[in-house]
Amino acid sequence: MNDINDTIIPEPVPEYPDWRKDAKTLTNAGLSEEEQDWFCDARPQPAKKSWQVMENFLNWARSNSLWILAFGTGCGAIELRPLITARYDISRLGMQPRPTPRQASVFMIGGYVSIKTLKRIVRSYEQMQGPKFVVAVCSCAINGGMYWDSYNTVKRIDEYIPVDVYVTGCMPRPEAVLAGFSKLKELIKGGKAEGQNLYAEKFDWYKENQKRVIKDWNMPDYNW
Amino acid sequence: MSITLKLIWAFISLGVVTVWGLTLNGIVQKIFARVQGRLGPPVWQPFIDIIKNNAKRTAITHGIMFYLGPVFRIAGGIGTYMFIPVIFGSVYFSNFSMSGDVLLVMYFIFFGQLGMALGAGEGGHPYSAVAVSRGLAQMTAFEVPFALSVISLVAQYGTLNITEIIAAQQGGFLQWTLFTNPLAVIAAMISMLGMNMYNPFSVVIAPQEIPIGPPTEYHSSFLGMLATNRGIFAGAKLILFMNLFFGGATNLFSLMLKTFWIYMFSVFVGAAYPRFRTEDSIRFFLKYPTAIGIISILLFTL
Repeated sequence: MNDINDTIIPEPVPEYPDWRKDAKTLTNAGLSEEEQDWFCDARPQPAKKSWQVMENFLNWARSNSLWILAFGTGCGAIELRPLITARYDISRLGMQPRPTPRQASVFMIGGYVSIKTLKRIVRSYEQMQGPKFVVAVCSCAINGGMYWDSYNTVKRIDEYIPVDVYVTGCMPRPEAVLAGFSKLKELIKGGKAEGQNLYAEKFDWYKENQKRVIKDWNMPDYNW
Repeated sequence: MSITLKLIWAFISLGVVTVWGLTLNGIVQKIFARVQGRLGPPVWQPFIDIIKNNAKRTAITHGIMFYLGPVFRIAGGIGTYMFIPVIFGSVYFSNFSMSGDVLLVMYFIFFGQLGMALGAGEGGHPYSAVAVSRGLAQMTAFEVPFALSVISLVAQYGTLNITEIIAAQQGGFLQWTLFTNPLAVIAAMISMLGMNMYNPFSVVIAPQEIPIGPPTEYHSSFLGMLATNRGIFAGAKLILFMNLFFGGATNLFSLMLKTFWIYMFSVFVGAAYPRFRTEDSIRFFLKYPTAIGIISILLFTL
């Protein structure tokens, strides 16, 4: 028996640093040299606003041209499809689904967020260009919902990326999602939807929270 | 007219065609929505989208070609437009049509797409590369019937100059190329379906499988630039077709009327038909419209 045990190859040591020990280290050092070239090395900076009249006009334009990146993490994602159909038709409000995070301005998280999904959420959120807004749909995204004591589900998505509007319900009807979007529009027009700047200001806090739950952190810290 | 004044008028007409092209895009969105039983976005939605995209606070780059891609694209759009006479007989809206002929315009139609292909390639997204290869393949295919129909026109009128081609079509609608050389018009209109990239030739943009085609990585003001070019390029193409095949326009109203209905041809086809795959669309373009184009040349040369 001992002979067999001796021949077992030990597990390879991961090349990236152990983030659990030093959660505040922020670099792209965990990546290979080739990959480091693909990502930005600068921290996010809070964006400056233009003068107020201009900003009001731009906020009006932003609120009337919401491009949605729908992240179908859970069952809530199915509520986006009726919104596109003739019955609810969000395009009349200037909204349209956008399949790439680069062009989207609203990140719609539809449902529970498992830790595996959280990685993808963080990467997609960081790839979006600001100002960007987040709408979390379903109770699971708010307090874990029926997954509240699950070992691999995040309870409050708010701790990992800034959320502008929550839509409650399990699952919320399309009308509720629409109401959430009109609330978001109000916030944008009032200049209160500044999640992007919040994320930049509290970047260390968000990263620390993300790294606390994501155990195998093999992705860049700066995803833009 | 001095060159400075000419330049000023050219830019005024560029502004006019941008607004008209974007409005047409808005109308088209509305029509597609109505066909699908929806209300659809407001007609001015393209303008809001452009404002919003340009007002994004952050942008990232993937390299020099990534920057130059949208620049080449919009240069292609403006270049196409600058060598087309917009209103026949008007000194103000003739752009620089005396400095270039229809071959130069055809080159500019191709130019922007190639620049965009290089830029989108540097974006590094695999979807961009797939869409670029589809787009270039399809474009090469629909250029064949279009080029054949232009050659047929050249054989018919004996000139490459667009203004002279319009002049030859004056004097009643029966003088239009549409009636004097219908086969060439059919070939060119079918190739326009490919140019406008609505169904059945929409696989390049492929909103379902390949998100939004080559500009997958483009965002913020890059995307705003590309969206502006959609307006300019759509307007330029429509005015070119109007000039070559539908007798040109002698005033702004008839320009709007004619370009609208030329555009509606590809919109109606797009709203009614499903989509070709790339290889099918290439096969289609190289079969029927090409044959029609060759026959139309033979009719005027033999």
